[in-house]
Amino acid sequence: MTHVLGDRRAIFMLLAPALTVYSLIILVPVIWSFGYTLFEGNAIIGFDYVGLQNFQLLFTDAHVREALSFTVRFAIVLTIVQVLLGYGLALLYVFVLKKASNLVRTLAFFPVVLPTVAVGLLFQQLFESAPRTGPVNGLLNVFGIESVDWFGSSTTAFWVLILMESWRSMGFYAVLLYAGLVDIPDDLLEAARLDGASGLRLVRSVVLPLSLPVLLSAVIFSINGTLKIFDSVLALTNGGPGSTTTPLTLYMFQTSFSYGQYGYGSSIALLLTVLCLVVTLFIFRSARRDLTKA
Amino acid sequence: MLTRERKRTQVVTFLGLATAGALLLSACSGSSPAGGSTGAANKEFTYLSFAENTSIKDTFTSLSTGSCSTAEADAKLKVDNTPQAAYDQSIQLKAGQMDLPSIFASGNSPQIAKDIESSGALVDIGAELSDMGLEDAIIPAAKSTIEALYDGKVYVLPTEFNVEGIWYNKQLFAANGIEVPATWDDLVAAADTLSAAGVQPFSADGQDGWPLTRLVGNYIYRSLGPDALAKVADGSAKLTDSEYVEAAQKVADLGAKGYFGPSVNSIDYMTAVNQFLSGDAAMFYMGSWILGNFNDPEANKIGNDNIGFMPFPAVEGGAGSADQLAANVGVPLAMSKSRYDDGAKQWLECIAKNFGAQSLKDQGVITGFKVDGDVGEVPALTQSVQDQIATTTQTVLWFEALFTPKASTTSQTNASLLVTGGVSPEQFMETVQADLDAG
Repeated sequence: MTHVLGDRRAIFMLLAPALTVYSLIILVPVIWSFGYTLFEGNAIIGFDYVGLQNFQLLFTDAHVREALSFTVRFAIVLTIVQVLLGYGLALLYVFVLKKASNLVRTLAFFPVVLPTVAVGLLFQQLFESAPRTGPVNGLLNVFGIESVDWFGSSTTAFWVLILMESWRSMGFYAVLLYAGLVDIPDDLLEAARLDGASGLRLVRSVVLPLSLPVLLSAVIFSINGTLKIFDSVLALTNGGPGSTTTPLTLYMFQTSFSYGQYGYGSSIALLLTVLCLVVTLFIFRSARRDLTKA
Repeated sequence: MLTRERKRTQVVTFLGLATAGALLLSACSGSSPAGGSTGAANKEFTYLSFAENTSIKDTFTSLSTGSCSTAEADAKLKVDNTPQAAYDQSIQLKAGQMDLPSIFASGNSPQIAKDIESSGALVDIGAELSDMGLEDAIIPAAKSTIEALYDGKVYVLPTEFNVEGIWYNKQLFAANGIEVPATWDDLVAAADTLSAAGVQPFSADGQDGWPLTRLVGNYIYRSLGPDALAKVADGSAKLTDSEYVEAAQKVADLGAKGYFGPSVNSIDYMTAVNQFLSGDAAMFYMGSWILGNFNDPEANKIGNDNIGFMPFPAVEGGAGSADQLAANVGVPLAMSKSRYDDGAKQWLECIAKNFGAQSLKDQGVITGFKVDGDVGEVPALTQSVQDQIATTTQTVLWFEALFTPKASTTSQTNASLLVTGGVSPEQFMETVQADLDAG
């Protein structure tokens, strides 16, 4: 075996099948899609070379500006909310519920396994204002407040989306961060407690710095997931009202497959890829600086 | 020993590569189109339908066991379904792979069929019908609508011929002393009276948006004449011109007064239908395809006799008139050239001769085909609409008919914002015009 793994040719030969499959189903379409950015057209009418015209359009298209603005706002708010909620839950599991946290952990994780479309429909019904009055508006009416058309304005639709996604994903981040928190040695916490640290002070000075690496992973997971949000938006608001909750992903999908503009759709996809890459690099760099300071 | 081990490694890797290659090859090779050289495949007449539309496939099925049994014996009817929302993607992919079905719904926007036709993949149905001596199989009004939609050519079949207008609740009108409005101002006055009496004037599907933009389009046709939107399509006029913005303003004004009811953006198609059919709203802009729902006594709580139809009213001093009914051909069907064999030809001939009567008899749906033969007893309301169609000499299209798919989507998704004040009429028209300019 050592002989085999010591031989470069053998390693290459062993890797080759998987690498070929990977290249063909991942890399080739990615490069292909990159190539499309220089063309316009679709599978029916054929493709025409247009040079950098699609990229020029990216800068002048009002829909892209709107979608980009929504995507970034949504990603920032949702990342903060879901990681904070997840961290709060993880702290609750470790320091308050301790061994009894199993049931709460399971309950908080439950929405993660639900299909997105089902969750979308659930929230549509919850926040419905017409023709029926949904439970949320029903509750408002009990307190004498008039029903709110939650999906009728971009602001309220945005916050319902944030609420739904937070509810759906906080259990996941709680489990992820919980795994990081349980790794903090008990004796270190004990020592801090003996030094008089408790409550918020203990979290701020001991728990937070020690859980920073896993927190960083959670933020990267979250920001990349939220920048690429698609199914939740499609199921809950379908990008509306108007196109005020349309993220780049949905706009890309519509452009390519509904409007038949494969080239421009690929350019939007490239914009999204660059955005994810820049944000991830930015987080890595800023985190590295922080760690060096500490 | 070493040599044997190396040999074995090479054999294993070779086998691995071969397996991966075989898998890839099998994955890449799609099924061959049924219209290819294999004789057996030609025995089918495949129809790809919108999953939501049942009337066409039911009519085809009835034809296959009745008037078209000879064609059925030669090419068996096979129906496939794709949800309407995903249909355009699906048909574009099939066209790209040269795998179009024998006959298919031509998509959500006329542009899809135009694109496919420009690639030479569609049967020239007009020419085929002429060859068969069936030039008059499509009624003139439907033919002119098809020509207006598809750059003067006839390569789709009109499985419906719908006129659009405002259906009203006669009882609610009578109770509030309202005469059938002849002008837009009369219509607004009627809505004012109804609203003051606590009746919701209009029921509208704001979720899909198009029933709202239809009002904008009709106003434009009435005020600026039947060629007003063709001018927008050819670039000689802009939606941002003040006379076009006026139309959006008029419809937005109705919304501002709350005449479409609360949360109109959350109202879907069936809810809007039910609001009208349960007497909760006095008026309902819709096409004549809705007669199917009106003729269903379980859904129709107000009764068929209680429903009246009025064309979209005239705009005083406008260049258009109320007798230019808005019309469409429902779900037009196109046929694929690559599968147009003898079986498909027989089916086309049979459809042209019998679809109109069968559809009216079974579904109560008025089609763009000449009706021959026994159609049974036609409900009075359906008959009155059919009579109105017979007397119509000029039709107009709908707001988005000549738009690109992108401009259509923008128009329809922003419609509910227009009537709820989320965007101003100027912004609405600017956004749609920007997409039209982008091409």
